[in-house]
Amino acid sequence: MRKFGNKLLSLGLTLGLGLGFTVASADSAKAWEPKKPVEFVIMAGKGGGADKAVRFIQTIIAKNKLSSKPFTPVNKPGGSGAEALVHVKNAKDPDHTIMFTLNSFYTTPLLQPGLGIDIKTFTPVGRMAEDTFLLWVHKDSGITTVDQFVKAAKAKGNGWIMAGTGKNSEDNILTDFLNQAYGLNMKYVPYKGGGRVAKELAGKNADSTVNNPSEQLGFYQAGKTIPIGAFTPKRLPLFPDAPTFKELGKDFVYFMQRTVVGAPGMKKEAAAYYQGLFKKIFDSTEWQGYMKKKSLQGDFLTGDALMSYWLREKEVQKAILIKMGAIK
Amino acid sequence: METLALLLNGFAIAFQPLNLALIIGGCAIGLFIGAMPGLGSVNGVAILLPMTFLVPPTGAIIFLGAIYYGAMYGGAISSIMLGIPGASTAVATTFDGRPMALQGKADKALVAAATASFVGGSVGVVLFTLFAPPLAEIALTFGAPEIFALMLMAFATFVGLGGDDIPKTLFSICIGLVFGAVGLDIISGEPRLIFGGIPGFFHGINFLVLAIGIYGIAEMLWTIEISKGEVMISQATVNFRRIMDTLRELLGTWRMMMMGSFLGYFVGILPAAGATPGSLMAYGVAKTASNNPETYGKGNINGVVAPESANNAASTGAMLPMLTLGIPGSPTTAILLGGMVIWGLEPGPLVFTDHPDFVWGFIASLYVANTFSLLINIAFIPAFIWVLKMPFTILAPIIFILCIVGGFVPTLDMHDVWLMLIFGIVGYLMRKLDYPMAPAVLAIVLGPLAEPALRQSLLISSGSFLIFFTRPFAAVIMALAFILLILPLVKIAFEKYKNPTQAG
Repeated sequence: MRKFGNKLLSLGLTLGLGLGFTVASADSAKAWEPKKPVEFVIMAGKGGGADKAVRFIQTIIAKNKLSSKPFTPVNKPGGSGAEALVHVKNAKDPDHTIMFTLNSFYTTPLLQPGLGIDIKTFTPVGRMAEDTFLLWVHKDSGITTVDQFVKAAKAKGNGWIMAGTGKNSEDNILTDFLNQAYGLNMKYVPYKGGGRVAKELAGKNADSTVNNPSEQLGFYQAGKTIPIGAFTPKRLPLFPDAPTFKELGKDFVYFMQRTVVGAPGMKKEAAAYYQGLFKKIFDSTEWQGYMKKKSLQGDFLTGDALMSYWLREKEVQKAILIKMGAIK
Repeated sequence: METLALLLNGFAIAFQPLNLALIIGGCAIGLFIGAMPGLGSVNGVAILLPMTFLVPPTGAIIFLGAIYYGAMYGGAISSIMLGIPGASTAVATTFDGRPMALQGKADKALVAAATASFVGGSVGVVLFTLFAPPLAEIALTFGAPEIFALMLMAFATFVGLGGDDIPKTLFSICIGLVFGAVGLDIISGEPRLIFGGIPGFFHGINFLVLAIGIYGIAEMLWTIEISKGEVMISQATVNFRRIMDTLRELLGTWRMMMMGSFLGYFVGILPAAGATPGSLMAYGVAKTASNNPETYGKGNINGVVAPESANNAASTGAMLPMLTLGIPGSPTTAILLGGMVIWGLEPGPLVFTDHPDFVWGFIASLYVANTFSLLINIAFIPAFIWVLKMPFTILAPIIFILCIVGGFVPTLDMHDVWLMLIFGIVGYLMRKLDYPMAPAVLAIVLGPLAEPALRQSLLISSGSFLIFFTRPFAAVIMALAFILLILPLVKIAFEKYKNPTQAG
């Protein structure tokens, strides 16, 4: 039986290969495939949220044999992603260079115009998800609502410590929003990485944070921290008790994109290949499960729709940065 | 007793044939990866992560853990044999390991490194088994002030490191601190010292680039100079009796091993610190506490034992915040953490109760991996010695190639290779001019950890330095740092008092 199976398999393979060759020679332009390992640049350091996502994608590709060539993750965390952006802009082989981006894709070129980055020149491949933000406090503080939080933070004035991931980062933007919206004067203390920020709250070295769900999930489940408000349009299924700021009368919604970007000057055929590939990854049960567990949101976006999303988001970020006084 | 039952159950998992094979294979691969300059456990674990899909999650983490462990042992090999730090964690091992090799005692240094690694690793695993949850709580309360106090303590241990010439030592530390400041400043968000925006400087100066440059390349240039191009063969032998003699000699270093193990472990459990500061601090403490500190840096076996026991203990320590807090204590554990998430295991405070088989299987596998790493390492010593006996005319180009690869691999950036070559020449000149290099290495490792911690603390306290003395842990560490700082001075004063004729 086994022998027969083998024969059948080899017959199938021969047929398949023959067919494949015919198709390939007939329409070689349509079937573009990477000819060497693909460089998958990460705008952040090893072990962070973006890095974990890329290594997860890499294993989905390998496990489901979605590509004949491997995808090699390369971390370029320097300068809030400046290093990665410059590297991809100057990519010697744009057809084999893609990048996993965050909101620093918009903010870093705005904050550092000297880099000469125009995000319109990059190739839209696929938006894999949007990450969400919540306002977190330590459980021992006894605070369970935003009202109590505002009261406590007001009482402490400048002594209230908000830990975040860096100057002008997503966390800083959200802190500034809270300070303005509620007339607070919280002190923003930057740390390296969201995991470290989450730990500072759990260890009571900070009074509050605005972590992503995945960063605080462990401490939340262990009963150390709780979310009291969500910067989302609707309540998150994982945290049904945390009301949105919209419900509380402050219209503020903020997301972080998790998007795959191709190098400027990528061939159309190559772009089409990566767009198809990442759609397949997005639809895989593995990625869908990952999104659910990490409380990630959003549909798959690609092509022109993704480009117009970028341009819209860029304006939103620009307005926020101007309001913060980070840029003119 | 419950712990013991869980651990025994863990051993049953670790000794399953597949898992045992993964441990042995992982240790051997790790040893090789660790011994290659530039390729450290980070690269090894990152490269092999996707392969672990072929086995169940417990087997996968056991495999990666074994690689991590093996690499810690392997890092010492090229530090001792070639004077190139095999991994950042093994830099302190070059300080005395390389001089020992040059004196024809390479086998002794290798056996000492392997044995100390075994002791450090074992102490680390035992501490992990017995005290994981309470230690995790302590690690959690460690904030920026405590981390800064710890870094200050590390600097204090290195006061005497540079030898007699204090101005040269200070210069060396300052150069290291300046190099450590290159790159993006996380507090202000501004890039610093990037020389008009050279992209390669955005990620800062990689510590390994500096270490490989000033140890590997400079060492090679130095050897070429003293050999004057003549065929030079290292004096090195190894046989069973010499190994036994070394083991006997090592019994006398048990205090250093224990000091290194405990110090390394506690530094290792602190998020963001990791094994490199741990091993450097252990070296500094060993030298400060020694009765004859002048023999350090010239081939003192304690100078190999202390950092090697510390880096293995620290690597086990770094697993603790990873498993219990979901926060990596080192770059390698960051990747292990990513792996666990991919396998569907969410590390965090609940992992001990939710996945006992996984956690205890992993802990038990560390005991086994430790033993196998020691055996494999000792078994290979004759092969390493054989390499060392090759004429230098053959070794020099090999060292050079290894240095170039080692400089390129961590960031895949040619910029770092050029930088490393420049550091090599600078390192050679510093050596000719008798500047100590260890303080520069220390400063570039600790500077980027100490500076943000200091600024975060002062931000929290609104500029008051009292924050370092009002928090219990910070105050205790500050006091220890002060003691370590004045201990060498007291010693000198005491000796002058004892032998007034030698004073002056």
